[in-house]
Amino acid sequence: MGYVFDLGSVLSGKYLDWFLIGIATTLALTAVAWCLAMAMGIVLTLVRMIPFPPLGWFVALYVEYHRNVPLLVQIFLWYFGVPSLLPRPARQWINAHHGEFLLAGIALGLAAAAYVAEDIRSGIRSIPKAQYEAARSIGFGYLGAMGYVVLPQALRISVPPLINQTLLLFKNTSLAMAIGVGELTYRTREVDSYTFKTFEAFAVATVVYLVISFGIMALGSWSGTRLKLETR
Amino acid sequence: MLEILQNNWLLFLVGQYPHGPIGGLVMTLFMALISLALCFPFAIGLALARLSPYRWLRLPATAIVHTVRGLPLVMFIFWAYFVSPLIIGRAVGGVETLVIALVVYEAAYLSEIIRAGIEGLPKGQTEAATSLGLRYWPTTLKVVLPQALHNMLPSMVSQFVSTIKETSLGYVISAHELTFAAAQVNNVLLTQPFEVYGILALTYFALCFALTSLARLIERRISAGRGGTPGITIAA
Repeated sequence: MGYVFDLGSVLSGKYLDWFLIGIATTLALTAVAWCLAMAMGIVLTLVRMIPFPPLGWFVALYVEYHRNVPLLVQIFLWYFGVPSLLPRPARQWINAHHGEFLLAGIALGLAAAAYVAEDIRSGIRSIPKAQYEAARSIGFGYLGAMGYVVLPQALRISVPPLINQTLLLFKNTSLAMAIGVGELTYRTREVDSYTFKTFEAFAVATVVYLVISFGIMALGSWSGTRLKLETR
Repeated sequence: MLEILQNNWLLFLVGQYPHGPIGGLVMTLFMALISLALCFPFAIGLALARLSPYRWLRLPATAIVHTVRGLPLVMFIFWAYFVSPLIIGRAVGGVETLVIALVVYEAAYLSEIIRAGIEGLPKGQTEAATSLGLRYWPTTLKVVLPQALHNMLPSMVSQFVSTIKETSLGYVISAHELTFAAAQVNNVLLTQPFEVYGILALTYFALCFALTSLARLIERRISAGRGGTPGITIAA
């Protein structure tokens, strides 16, 4: 076969720019979705603590929906479905302001929030109840006991799983290409269809994904040893 | 919503089957099952290699697992899409491409589950087998794996759920499965995307939630069988 593997042809000029824009978009999408996931995950955790059963059911339903429906379908529902329910001016605004990026960010963030909430909850569950009781007995209120005693320890335990969620979130941003967000996978296909250098283009994307993923994995295993609590 | 379902349920269920390729929910389930079945031997091999005392087996297996975990599934789908026709030497359909990508991807994740299952067994099991004079393979095949696989049943069902969810990516390469069928319905109707994708989401939810609940049930059974969990007491 006369195929010559030539990385230079896809890593120069405008194709290099496309890759760089793609990487930047992937990272931006990861950041937006991550912030939303953390905020929503904490809100869900707090809501679940309120002793009013219907709220607990709501959180359970939220978590089960996001864990049992494929992420791509959630993205489609947000991108194709939700704007059709909005009033016309809102739709026009979305179309004019790169709505696909925003909606993909919302879909990815809300889905990750379900996992974040579960991770934080198992962190809180792993703190012995005596910690809370001891804090209450020396005069802390509910918020004080949670805020100064339980949560600092629980979050410490939740950090390694949360970093793993970050890795999954980063990988999942590649699904946004299905709705036309110009992230790394989308740009790679573009470079491929312009240059016909399929293997070079996908080799570049593969290496970029791997380098960033390995970075996140290294952070995860470092935090796992660094944050380990000495328990009695 | 009901009307859409009434008019298109067959397309959701089997795709264009009598007049075209089979697709829809049936294909989604078929692809998930076949991928999991095909990746199973690879996963066991990877898990055993990662637990092997020989470095030349352990290192490559570890590298493979980490590489797969570091890449999005979409990348595997595209690689399979471009590379498998070159290797096989003929055009490869969307379904086959997706199954190839899923087998590679799932093998790495399943091998981690199997490894955890093997490591979770008490060391006394292998020691007892060794002291009875069993060598590596009889110990692995007759003592370690049967117990480990039994304990892992709930995780395997969860893995099946993940695989079902991952087949939705077949849409990207136009493999005829459930998400692709929904996109077709949406392209015909044009005006009711929320309803169409809502039906799609509910279908996946019903299927996957049922399986997730089954996994929890099995998990309770297994830990009850071991007499491990508090609250469930087993008569001796």
